[in-house]
Amino acid sequence: MSIPFFVISALTVAGGLAAMTLKNTVHCALALSVAFAGIALLFLSLDAQFAGFAQILIYIGAVAILVVFAILLTRGSETPTDGVHSGTWLVGLAIAAAVFAVLGWAVLASAPGLHDEAAAPVVTVRDIGNALMGRYVLPLEIVALLLTAATIGAVIVAMHEKARTK
Amino acid sequence: MTPLAGYLLVAALLFAIGLGGALIRRNAILVLIGIELMLNAANLNLIAFWRYGPHPEALTGMMFAIFSIAVAAAEAAVGLGLIISIYRHAQTTDLDRINRMKG
Amino acid sequence: MAATIDQIWIFFLHWLVGFLPAAWQHAAAVVLCVAAIIAVFCTLFALAVLMERKGLGRMQNRYGPNRVGIFGILQPVADGIKALIKEDVVPFRADAVVHFLAPVVLVVTVFMGYAVLPMGRHMVLVDMDAGLLFFFAMGAATELSVFMAGWSSRNKYSLLGAMRAIAQMISYEVVLLLASIAVVMIAGTLSLPKIVDAQASYSGIFPHWYVFTPWGLAGFLIFVIASTAETNRSPFDLPEGESEIVAGYFTEYSGFKFALFFLGEYVEMLAVAGLGTTLFLGGWSAPLSVLNVLPSWFWFFLKVMLWICFFIWLRGTLPRLRQDQLMNFAWKFALPFTLLNLVVTALWRILGPGWEQWVFCTAILAAAYVFMSLVGFRANRVGPRRYRYAE
Repeated sequence: MSIPFFVISALTVAGGLAAMTLKNTVHCALALSVAFAGIALLFLSLDAQFAGFAQILIYIGAVAILVVFAILLTRGSETPTDGVHSGTWLVGLAIAAAVFAVLGWAVLASAPGLHDEAAAPVVTVRDIGNALMGRYVLPLEIVALLLTAATIGAVIVAMHEKARTK
Repeated sequence: MTPLAGYLLVAALLFAIGLGGALIRRNAILVLIGIELMLNAANLNLIAFWRYGPHPEALTGMMFAIFSIAVAAAEAAVGLGLIISIYRHAQTTDLDRINRMKG
Repeated sequence: MAATIDQIWIFFLHWLVGFLPAAWQHAAAVVLCVAAIIAVFCTLFALAVLMERKGLGRMQNRYGPNRVGIFGILQPVADGIKALIKEDVVPFRADAVVHFLAPVVLVVTVFMGYAVLPMGRHMVLVDMDAGLLFFFAMGAATELSVFMAGWSSRNKYSLLGAMRAIAQMISYEVVLLLASIAVVMIAGTLSLPKIVDAQASYSGIFPHWYVFTPWGLAGFLIFVIASTAETNRSPFDLPEGESEIVAGYFTEYSGFKFALFFLGEYVEMLAVAGLGTTLFLGGWSAPLSVLNVLPSWFWFFLKVMLWICFFIWLRGTLPRLRQDQLMNFAWKFALPFTLLNLVVTALWRILGPGWEQWVFCTAILAAAYVFMSLVGFRANRVGPRRYRYAE
């Protein structure tokens, strides 16, 4: 439980909080990128190099940009007139607090029983490649199919409909 | 508190923040941002257990997290496409207004 | 003697850190290496800016700047002083925090890319197992700073330029990644020093650089084009073309922040050139084995500066591509070609050493190039212009 862990966790949680509470939607998206970067740093602190760099590449390099584009395309950068919180915000807050309470209790209550291996599993990129092509080749192909279907679907859903001739 | 418990608590906190944001905010895109935060919290959980848990085979947790990242990216793309389509139809992304199934 | 000069930085570093107690030596070594990298590449930035202005001037039949020093050598110093003392104008309705952070994010992420480049024998800052992935992750993070700059300026031209720039950077990043994957397939590792080690051997006096293989040459050409587009360099500089959109996403920046953007762009150019030399041109290895007496870092920086000269040459020669032409090129030519290059690389590996791999791979790549060019030519029918309006 070292100082870097606390600093990075504070950064991530602050980013997440900012992403959910700021008024300006674009600021929320940028705070989300900070949260993603914080999570990537947490991955790196857990010796998961491939996952950390993939997180930066995919989330900050693609998902955050997607979110930002969507905000701009739906005029989200204009300040909302009615207020940013939904009508049932108190219930939402209560539910989130309850979920955190349950999860936190579960973690702390089971803490003595958790194994804590001291040595990190040594996983090189070569092992990941071999596994992806060997044992996990079926999930890989399915994810490829899923990504293809998702991109084609997203393009079709968001595409302009052809102007109907009147 | 063990390091593993620390990471799990951070993940739980992020998950709760994402959930709260998804339930509280009005803008549909912010709900999607909340969902992305929840997915990231789950990934953090996976990697924390991969690092600190018993590992009979050293790869499963990392693989799970990588596939989860890929699937989350696909889901974000589809979700944002849907939001753009809804915006084009209803001229707003305010979820308090888009609450009817009848268009 | 040659070996000493080759490793002169390592010796100097060890001598310097020897003065500190043992517990601090590693951290001090890292800090010194980082400082050295920043110093060297900022100097190279100044040199590149000077070369660009003089080179472009000569290509355009004029002298470049020649007032400040002999042949204008002190011009970068003058530019730096000017940038520092200029007034920093922030538009009234601009988003001040994001406006300030955008150049910071850009400069930080582009300098991070240097951490994995091997600049000489045993001269890499961090030998990461997934070094290439780290470099591309840092490249992806620069796109966010482009958006921040364009959006925070509250300026239609800036936003438009930023959107174009991001679309272009994302498209060409995919192409860049795929062109690099061919190298990774043959080298068998994502770690850049090991990729250079795989190219640093010689058969006779000729090197085993990947650019001298058919798939390597195809990949190298696509890498050059994609890296020009990734760094928003002419002929792909529509997002920041001066005659098109004022200055694109950094219209509203003045003074030191503009200098930071300028620095970030050239440093990114140097970084991508460094990656290209590492992947295709053999990194720090000499072109002929007899030339190994010259130090390894000399060859690395020479190759990087040759790339920069090539970028400058392209800028002075080719007209700018339109946005749709640029995106068409990325998705309809470059991407299928790189995918085919991957298949040909696999074929190269399967066929094993011998004449078959050379003949078949060259034939397939040449046929694909000819076929795709012909298809492209036929699609360039000149007819009445069809307008597509934004709706």
